[in-house]
Amino acid sequence: MRYIDPHMHMVSRTTDDYQRMALAGCVALTEPAFWAGFDRSSAQGFFDYFRQLTEYEPKRAAQYGIKHYTWLCINPKEAEDPVFAKEVIALIPQFLNQPNVLGIGEIGLNKNSRNEMTILEAQIDLAAKHSQLILVHTPHLEDKLKGTRLIMDAIAAHGRIEPGRVLIDHVEEHTVKPVLDRGYWAGMTLYPDTKCTPQRAADIFETYGNERMWINSAGDWGSSDPLAVPKCHQELLRRGHPAAFVEQVSFGNPVKFLSQSPRFKPPA
Amino acid sequence: MSAPTYTCPMSRKQVVDAYFLEHRAKLLDLAAFLDRLERADPQGESAEDFRVAALRKAVAILDDGKPDRARRVLESFSDPSTAPIPKAPMKGALGAYDGGAR
Ligand SMILES: [Zn+2]
Repeated sequence: MRYIDPHMHMVSRTTDDYQRMALAGCVALTEPAFWAGFDRSSAQGFFDYFRQLTEYEPKRAAQYGIKHYTWLCINPKEAEDPVFAKEVIALIPQFLNQPNVLGIGEIGLNKNSRNEMTILEAQIDLAAKHSQLILVHTPHLEDKLKGTRLIMDAIAAHGRIEPGRVLIDHVEEHTVKPVLDRGYWAGMTLYPDTKCTPQRAADIFETYGNERMWINSAGDWGSSDPLAVPKCHQELLRRGHPAAFVEQVSFGNPVKFLSQSPRFKPPA
Repeated sequence: MSAPTYTCPMSRKQVVDAYFLEHRAKLLDLAAFLDRLERADPQGESAEDFRVAALRKAVAILDDGKPDRARRVLESFSDPSTAPIPKAPMKGALGAYDGGAR
């Protein structure tokens, strides 16, 4: 079954992963800018990363017939130094017209600190000024519930961001309903130990429906599974959900949300 | 009272058949983890680790007869405060709220 994995960090993955994803039916993916596992020592390090995301990675994906899109930002884990973070933010506009850039992301919070809030607000404003879609990272584990609320409040307080143009990622059972109730899109990340398993993602669909929702593997340099999305499809089909249900979750919905960016071209 | 709506396409029997052994194994893992803790030297620490205390509280939710267990377990592990903290003390998260100790 053809599908889109809307949250993957391919710079951390091998070409074998591209090949296995292509064999499993992946036709497109979107790669948000994130933390490298260590703090970059200069804004120039981000400049190089943004070039990798907009120039090099799309070519690597194309070799496997996968369309590669990206989101640019400084991630919340490197937002504790606001002067540095603002230097990085100043680099972003020059990349926004690259053909594979869909918006600003993954912005959000990590430990819910004041400096993280400042940089989140600056990047919400950047998205508004340049009419960009937003992909939101919500914090991990015990910080997620509080962070998700703070992020939604910050977006609402900005006043010029339409909730339907924001996808709030890494939702779980305690955050999915408030996100959907406030008009945002919700993403479920399928991770081995934290976030959702394929079974829990299927449970959440059975509880809240499959409108304005998608699933992703968020495959990166840590413990993650680039084939988590098709594994969740298997879980849904095993339970007796129709193929059209799966198609909506992993193709129809991503196409609908991402098509709000003029740079997204729906796979044929 | 309205009739319950069943949104899982499997029958209850099918759900048990499909998932029982997997979750029986997970329950045993948890039991063995608690036993392992007791076999480990507390090295003078008298209070239970806040994460283990949070786990025990969450376990009680599983069998309280009320719905939305997964949501309530996650809420029980969550930081209940609402204001941003002055400074991030680290990058990671620990899985349970420490009562604002850090
Ligand atoms: Zn990510």
